[in-house]
Amino acid sequence: MSDVLITIDGKQYTATEGEYVLGVARRNDIFIPALCYVTNCSPTLACRLCLVDIDGKRAYSCNARAKEGMNVITKTEEIEKERRAIMEIYDINHPLECGVCDQSGECELQNYTLHMGVDSQHHCIADTHRPTKQWGKIHYDASLCIVCERCVTVCKDMIGESALKTVPRGGAELDKTWKDKTEKDAYAMWNKLQKSIIGIASGAETLDCTQCGECTAVCPVGALVGSDFQYTSNAWELKKIPAANPHSSDCSLLYYDVKHTSTSNPEPKIYRVNSDHNYAPLHAAARYGFDFQNEVTCKDETAFARVVELLQTNVDTIVFDSYITNEEALILQKLKEKFGFKLVNEDAKAYQNFLKHFASTAGSNLYSGDLKSVSESNFVVSFGTAIKTDSPNAGYAMNNAIGMNKGAGLYFHPVADPIVSAYSKNLLSITHKIGAEEAIAYLLLDLFGDKETMPKSVVDYLTSFHTIEKKTIQESVKEDIKEMVKDEESGEEKEVVKTITKMVDKEIEVDTNALIELIGAEADLVEKITKLLDKKDSFSLIAGEDLFNHPRAENIAKLLGLIERFTAFKLLIIPSRTNTLGVSLICDLDDAKGNFSLGYNVKGDFTLSALGKGDLDMPALNQQEGTFTSMNKRVVPTNAALPFKGYCLNDIANAVGLEAEWTIDYTPYLPSEKGFKAEKFDHLPNRFENDGTENRGYALELQTFTCKDEVEPISSFTCKEGDVVYRANPVHQFSAFTNKAHQLSEAGALYASTAFLEAKSLHDGAVVTVENEAGAKLVIAVKEEKMIDGLIAYLPTFDTKIDTAPFFKEGYRFAHVVIKGVEHV
Amino acid sequence: MELKDFKQRNISPGYIFFEGEKAPETGWQAFQKVVKRTLKGELFVGLWIVFREMIRFDIHTIQYPAQKMEMSPRYRAIHRLLRLFESGSERCIGCGLCEKICISNCIRMDTHIDEKSRKVVSEYSINFGRCIFCGYCAEVCPELAIVHGVEYENASEQRAHFGLKADMLTPLDTFRANEQKEFPGFGALSDNADEAVKQTPLAY
Repeated sequence: MSDVLITIDGKQYTATEGEYVLGVARRNDIFIPALCYVTNCSPTLACRLCLVDIDGKRAYSCNARAKEGMNVITKTEEIEKERRAIMEIYDINHPLECGVCDQSGECELQNYTLHMGVDSQHHCIADTHRPTKQWGKIHYDASLCIVCERCVTVCKDMIGESALKTVPRGGAELDKTWKDKTEKDAYAMWNKLQKSIIGIASGAETLDCTQCGECTAVCPVGALVGSDFQYTSNAWELKKIPAANPHSSDCSLLYYDVKHTSTSNPEPKIYRVNSDHNYAPLHAAARYGFDFQNEVTCKDETAFARVVELLQTNVDTIVFDSYITNEEALILQKLKEKFGFKLVNEDAKAYQNFLKHFASTAGSNLYSGDLKSVSESNFVVSFGTAIKTDSPNAGYAMNNAIGMNKGAGLYFHPVADPIVSAYSKNLLSITHKIGAEEAIAYLLLDLFGDKETMPKSVVDYLTSFHTIEKKTIQESVKEDIKEMVKDEESGEEKEVVKTITKMVDKEIEVDTNALIELIGAEADLVEKITKLLDKKDSFSLIAGEDLFNHPRAENIAKLLGLIERFTAFKLLIIPSRTNTLGVSLICDLDDAKGNFSLGYNVKGDFTLSALGKGDLDMPALNQQEGTFTSMNKRVVPTNAALPFKGYCLNDIANAVGLEAEWTIDYTPYLPSEKGFKAEKFDHLPNRFENDGTENRGYALELQTFTCKDEVEPISSFTCKEGDVVYRANPVHQFSAFTNKAHQLSEAGALYASTAFLEAKSLHDGAVVTVENEAGAKLVIAVKEEKMIDGLIAYLPTFDTKIDTAPFFKEGYRFAHVVIKGVEHV
Repeated sequence: MELKDFKQRNISPGYIFFEGEKAPETGWQAFQKVVKRTLKGELFVGLWIVFREMIRFDIHTIQYPAQKMEMSPRYRAIHRLLRLFESGSERCIGCGLCEKICISNCIRMDTHIDEKSRKVVSEYSINFGRCIFCGYCAEVCPELAIVHGVEYENASEQRAHFGLKADMLTPLDTFRANEQKEFPGFGALSDNADEAVKQTPLAY
C-alpha cells in the first residue's frame, strides 16, 4: 500500500491507497455526514448520506477508495439537496415521541434532521405496525428504527456473532409516482427502508447471542437501548466520567453516566455505561457490570485502627488480587520495602514468571503486539485461552481482522466453542488434547519459524517430528488418444482426437508431522493451514491464561519467546485479570504466605474488601482514581464515578508512615526501570482521536536485552480417562465484582454443553457432585451452556458461594474430577 | 452598536427634565430653607388625604383574608401539573425539558418504565427555595403539563410542602368536578396556533 495525495474541498491530504475517502476526511477533521457507517466495519451503503462528488461523479465516500490525484468535493448544492431529501424520507412516520425517547439529545436522526434543515414533510406512506421486542438486556423498538443496519454490521464485523439481520417489514409498496417527485438517492434509500426491519438471525424469539450490547451502543436512534436504562434518564442530565474497563485487561475506554439517584436522594448513581463505539467495542461485563460499588455510610475508625496496629505488629504477608490500580500496587510494594511484608498474588505471580521466561528467549521484557496489531493483521492464531470469555475484546479484534482484512485464523482450545468457530469460515477451530499447548507452540515454530535463523538445536528437534514416507497413490491422468474413425456414409477415414482418463500409480512423498498427532488434531491440519495461509502477510498470535499455570509454563513461555523472535507473529499475551500486567511489573511478588496475612480483596487473617465482605471496607474500582496497565501495554487512567466514604489503601499507608495526600500522587513514581513514565495522573489523556488513535495515558517503554535460546523438548503428557473441568467464567462474568452488578447477578453452576448433558444423561438444573482425588467435594447445579461444545464442563470463579479453588490447587485451569449425578429422593 | 452608543444618554424630546431644587449657596439661604420646610405643614397633607378617604367610605383596600385578590392568568405563582381532559391521566410525559431549561436548576424528576412499557414520572419536584418563578418551565413544556398557578399563599412550615408532584398535580376529585381549567397564561398556545403549523401529509 503506497501513500497517495487526494484533494478534499480544495486541500491536499495524504492517504493510503485503497483507504476509504470517509476515513481520510474524518482523520483530517472534515465533516461528511454518515448514518450507517461504523469505523472498522464494512460499509453498508444504507443511508447514502455520505454522498460526495469525486472527479465530477457522484460517489459514496464510505466505500470509495482513495486513488492518486482524486478530487473530492463534500458539499455542492445538488448534494445538499439530496441529503436533505434523504433526511426528510427518514422522518416519514418516525414517531414524534422525542419527549420520551431515550436517545433524545444524542440522537443522530435529530441532529441530521436539524443539520440538513428539514422543516417540512412532502412525502407520506401508510405506516406498518412494528411491535417492540424485549431481547433480554436489549430493548428493540422497531417503530423508531431507521434500518441503518449499524447493529447488523457491528455484530458481524466487530463482535463476530451475526446475531442480527434485516428481515422483511411487510410494509406498504412504494407508489411509483414518488419516483419522479423525489431525489434519486433518497428514493432508492426509501425503497429499501420500506422493505426491511431488524430481526434475529436465528429466527428465535429472543436474542441468543452473548448479549454484549454493542448494537445498543452503535444505534443512532432510540431503537436499540439497554432494557435497564430505558426511560430512567435523559441523556443530557447524565455526567460522563471517562474511565477504563475495570473487569478485564483490555481496560477499554468507557464512560460512566452519572446522575443523582432520585429527587429525594442527591447521592450520585451510575445509570449506564457508554463507549466510543467507533473506536473500541465494549464487552457485556464492562457495559452492564457498572454498579459494583462498595457503599459505606461512614469511616469505620475501630477497624482502621486495628489494621494500622496489625500492620505494625502481626502482619507479615499481604495477599491480594489484581483488581487494583497501579498506584495501589505501588503502595503495597512500598509497604513491602519499608516493613518487609511478603506480597502474595497468585495470578500476577504466574504471569510475572511467564513474562520472565518469555523475556529470556524473546529479548524483550514485553510482547510486541496489542489489540490494534491483532485487528490490523490478516492471520490470527489464538491458543491457550478460551477467548470468548477470557478476553472478549481480543476475540472481537480477531474476528475484525479475519472479517475485514480478508484474513484467516486458527483457534486452538480443548473446549470447543461454537461462537468462536462461527466468526468466519476461514477460522479453523482445533479442539486439541488437554496439556498439548507445548506441542502447539512447537508446531507454530515449525510451521511459521524462519528455519535459517532459528537455533540449530530447535530446528533439529523440530525435524525429528517429521517422517517422510514414500507412498503410492493412484492419480487420474488425462491422455489424448488419436483414433482413426471411418465415416460410414462417405467411407472416408478421419483422424479424431479423444481424451480419456486413466488411473496411474504415482509415488509421492508424504510428510507426516508427529506433532499433529501429539496435539490430537486431524491429520490434514497442515494442509488446511497452508490453504488458509494463501496471500497472508501480517500475523498475530494471542496467548492466554491456560499457559501461565500450565505444568510446562516455563518452557511454553520460552517457546513463545522464540516465536516472537523467529516468526512473523506479533504476540499478545493476555493478562488474566484487569491489572495483572501492572502488578507483575510493579510488585516484587513472593510465593508463600507467612503466618499472619492481611488480605486485600482476598481472604486473609484480616481482610480489606471492596466487595463489602471483609473486616474493613475498601473502595471498588469505580470509586477510585488511578491507572491500569492494559493488555495493550498502556498505562490508562480511570476516574472515580462514585464517592467512597470510608478509608482507602492510601489512608492506611499514610497511617503507617508513607506520605501522599492522594493515591494518584504515586502515579509519577511508578517504576521507570519497568517502562513506566514520570507522568502526573492529571496530565494523562483519556480519549480516542478522530483518526482512531488511542490517545490514552501512555505506552510502556519496552526494554530489550540479549537473550538465550535454550528450550526444553516436549515433556510427555497423558490424558487421563474421566471427567475434566475447566476453570472459566460464563460470558458475562469475570469476578465477584461483575456478579455484584444488578444486571449480571446470577448463581454459579457447573456449566456444561448439551452434548455433556446427553452423555451423562443429566438435564439443565440437575444437581451433581464434583469430586477429585484429593478429596475435595462440591455439590453444584448443572447449567446447560449452549455456547460451548464437547465434553469438558467448566467451573466458575465469580460466585463467592462456590469454592472451586480446591480443584485447581496447582493453578492449572484443567482438573481431573469425578462428576456424578445426585439422585433426588 | 459600540460601547460609545451605550454611553450616549441623549433622550429624544418629549421628556421634561427636572433639574432639582437649587442647593443653598449662602448660610442665609440655608436658614430660609429650614424655616420654609418647617412651617409649610406638609405633614398635614397626608393626614388630610387619609381623613378625606375615610369620610367618603369609598375603600379600595381588600379585606384579606376574608377577601382575596383575583390574579391575572399571566401571574407566575406556585406551579401546577395538569391532567388530560379526555382521560384524566397526567399530562407530563417526563421529557425533561423543564429540568433542562430551568435556570436555577431546581426541577428534578424520576422516571421509569411501567408495566405497559410507557414512560411514567414517578416523582417530580421543584425546589421553591431556589425557584425564581421565571416561567421558562411552563413555556418550554410541550404538553402544557406544567403551568404557573395563581396560588400566592405560600405560608407553610416547609417550602417543600408545595414542591412535590402530589402537591402540584390536579387532585382527581377536583378534576372530576370539572374544576381544572385550561391555562391561558404563560406558555399556552396562541389562539391562531393551528394556522401557524405546517401540516404533514398523511397517507390515510
